[in-house]
Amino acid sequence: MEILMAFVIGILFMSATYLMLSKSLLRIIVGTGLLSHGAHMLILTMGGLKKGAAPLLGENAPSYTDPIPQALILTAIVISFGVTAFFLVLAYRAYQELGTDNMDRMRGTEGND
Amino acid sequence: MSLLHLAIISPFLLAILVPIAYKLFRQIHTGWFVFPLPILLFSYFISYLSITSNQQSVTKSFAWIPTLGIDFTAKVDGLGLLFALLITGIGALVVLYSIYYLDKNKEKLNTFYVYLLLFMGAMLGVVLSDNLIVLYTFWEFTSFSSFLLIGYWYHREKSRYGAQKSMIITVFGGLSMLGGIILLYMMTGTFSISEIIAQSDEIFSHVLFVPALLCILLGAFTKSAQFPFHIWLPDAMEAPTPVSAYLHSATMVKAGIYLVARMSPVFAEHSLWLWLIAGFGITTLFWGSFSAVKQTDLKAILAFSTVSQLGMIMSLLGIGAAALHFETVDDSYFTVATTAAVFHLINHATFKGSLFMVAGIVDHETGTRDIRKLGGLMNFMPITFTLAIIGTFSMAGLPPFNGFLSKEMFFTGMVRVLEMDIFNLDTWGFLFPVLAWVASVFTFIYSMILVFKTFTGKFQPEQLEKKPHEAPIGMLISPIILASLVIIIGFFPNIISNTLISPAQAAIMPVEGYVYDTHIYFWHGFTPELFMTLGVITLGILLFVTLPKWRSVYNLFPEKLALNRFYDSMLEVSQRASFNLTRLYMNGFIRTYLVYIFSFFIVALAATLVLKDAFKFDTSDVATIHYAEVLLALVIAAASVSILFVKSRMTSIILLGAVGYTVSLFFVIFRAPDLALTQLVIETISVSLFLLAFYHLPKLRHEERIRFKMTNALISVGVGAIVTMIALSAHSNKMFPSIAQYYVENTYKEAAGKNMVNVILVDFRGFDTMFEITVLGIAALGIFAMIKLRLEGGKKNENK
Repeated sequence: MEILMAFVIGILFMSATYLMLSKSLLRIIVGTGLLSHGAHMLILTMGGLKKGAAPLLGENAPSYTDPIPQALILTAIVISFGVTAFFLVLAYRAYQELGTDNMDRMRGTEGND
Repeated sequence: MSLLHLAIISPFLLAILVPIAYKLFRQIHTGWFVFPLPILLFSYFISYLSITSNQQSVTKSFAWIPTLGIDFTAKVDGLGLLFALLITGIGALVVLYSIYYLDKNKEKLNTFYVYLLLFMGAMLGVVLSDNLIVLYTFWEFTSFSSFLLIGYWYHREKSRYGAQKSMIITVFGGLSMLGGIILLYMMTGTFSISEIIAQSDEIFSHVLFVPALLCILLGAFTKSAQFPFHIWLPDAMEAPTPVSAYLHSATMVKAGIYLVARMSPVFAEHSLWLWLIAGFGITTLFWGSFSAVKQTDLKAILAFSTVSQLGMIMSLLGIGAAALHFETVDDSYFTVATTAAVFHLINHATFKGSLFMVAGIVDHETGTRDIRKLGGLMNFMPITFTLAIIGTFSMAGLPPFNGFLSKEMFFTGMVRVLEMDIFNLDTWGFLFPVLAWVASVFTFIYSMILVFKTFTGKFQPEQLEKKPHEAPIGMLISPIILASLVIIIGFFPNIISNTLISPAQAAIMPVEGYVYDTHIYFWHGFTPELFMTLGVITLGILLFVTLPKWRSVYNLFPEKLALNRFYDSMLEVSQRASFNLTRLYMNGFIRTYLVYIFSFFIVALAATLVLKDAFKFDTSDVATIHYAEVLLALVIAAASVSILFVKSRMTSIILLGAVGYTVSLFFVIFRAPDLALTQLVIETISVSLFLLAFYHLPKLRHEERIRFKMTNALISVGVGAIVTMIALSAHSNKMFPSIAQYYVENTYKEAAGKNMVNVILVDFRGFDTMFEITVLGIAALGIFAMIKLRLEGGKKNENK
């Protein structure tokens, strides 16, 4: 399972990188979204998969999966949501003001950047 | 921490209080709060005179960074005390003068006095530190406060130019000095000046000795405005006049002289030291006085005059160093040069300080400093005129003022150069007395210009902005005190000879068991020096009277302009070059920056994997795979790859949503219920946000696919491959056991919760969560601001 996940993560990172290198601001944001999914899966996989019951003491299981990666990912999900929302509104406003979502055209002109 | 340390940092402490006093007592001039401190410090330092008069010193140490051998060692010896008295004494007078010079209703007094106090503290630190690193720190602090004070009227372009120029030149020298200090440390293993002096014989033949010497001298020369670094000082005159009197004539510019004097025991053994200092000093002396004559601004004349006088003191220190260099000649034969240097240092502070204040008064009461517009002020300002006479005559080296005495001693020192037999000085040595004499003639001329063009001649009221009248008494007190000192020292030089001069000399040229004894005489008989002075006066008067006839000589020498132009073009070229260089890699395309980041990511991680031999592939301890899971993995892979190929934005958003929901399904499978729930909620909000944002946007005219780029593809595949390899290696390398067991055992015991993930978030790692909420809050504020705030005037953003 871990091996399979490693390749899934690789594909997520690859697509994310390719999107982020494109010119469209929206695609860059989508890329960061994919990147954070990849990172979350990476953290989870590194902690080991299916090593026991869900980390709830009420389960009374002999062993539990590692709760620390889960705590980390929970924080990361929320933060990446904050960043994505911020980016999105930034893109929205930039588009309204500048009339383009092409990063190359948004670049400051000679002399006033 | 001793009282001495407290004295050094007290200006910094007061600087903190000044803005408060300024805010609370707007009716009282802020200067009155500052004024007591320099007086208090001055009387405190006077109490050290009893110790230093016996040519002893006091050392108080205080550990600052002991691991690096950097202690805040304060040492009061004759030299340090002389400077400390100048700094606090002139400081007090300057503060008093500034109270009347700066209008409390028009100027930003709080910043002015904060800068001034910063300078005072820094300067005290420079002259009283025995540790070179501490000295360097304070040294840069003086450059910094000088920068702020020159740029005090920052709305004037010339102020900003002057401030930047002084900063660039003095900090350049300061950095080179730091290099010198480090070289000294490499040779001696200590930053303490006293310990370095103790080892000076051993480091003499060290290969780093000459580089250290050159680096330290560069620092001293830039700070003390020696040719060709003098160009910053005339531009520094844009500062308010009290600042020019204080920093740029009496104290800060003498820091370089202090450094040379302080390091003389270390370096003077080397002939290069004496040769460079005397050579640069005499050149500066000549060039400064020569350039001063053609200036038309009172303060510009004074600035060039300061440059030339600094050169004079410098050259005297160089000649004086010969006393340490030669063992054959009687020491006291050359010590006269050092005596003259110290003596003239004091005299220069008194007469130049008072002259700057006089120039300030003229500027303040008439509205101009241009000598072409001034004239005939004698009748309006009799007191100021008297002060100007005393100051300029002392500067010109006329009896009975103190300048005469030190000028005579200066001639003595220069004439004795003829008798040194080094570096074929018998051929070149004659240049010293000749240049000294010629420079003195020019000194005489500009002194006369200064006083007579301003106060005598034709009065031109139509050229002046204000109706001239005598300055208020408060403004006159400080120059009167300084001018009185000029006369008192002139008549009774021996009151300072053994209290200030000899102790300073003992610090500059320490000789074991030798006690310096200085006596200054008015009358030496008919010596060559006397005839030189007489010659200066005769030729000086002659040239002053015929000035209009030979003034055109200056048009033949565009050199001074050339130096300034060299500085300007150097600045311009370096700015353009660095702009172009930066432009090469910072081209404003976000793609370029991301390419840098991702390429570095690939290279750094791949290198680590290879070098540390970290890549491993181990399938022994893997979890089972179910068909459904393979299906989900395929969904993620397919969705994320197809985002790359779809044309419409909507489709890519929906595909992103598909990936997100599949990830949350994976969380369910991997026994992470909290994550699954959160991911579901967040994914739903994100997708709706995306759709919302783009529903309101006008449609793009044409949506297009990402154009294929080979570099992008290679980098993306590289990133993906590296991450896969890291994921595999991380799984296969178990370097230490997980700390999960701790949470399993303690979650209920310590925090009484059964959901481990929750307990970690809100209890064990509560602060992390708090900051996470802060981040969300900041993001929310940013989003709110972006949506609510509109750029005013529609197109204003184009100017930003």
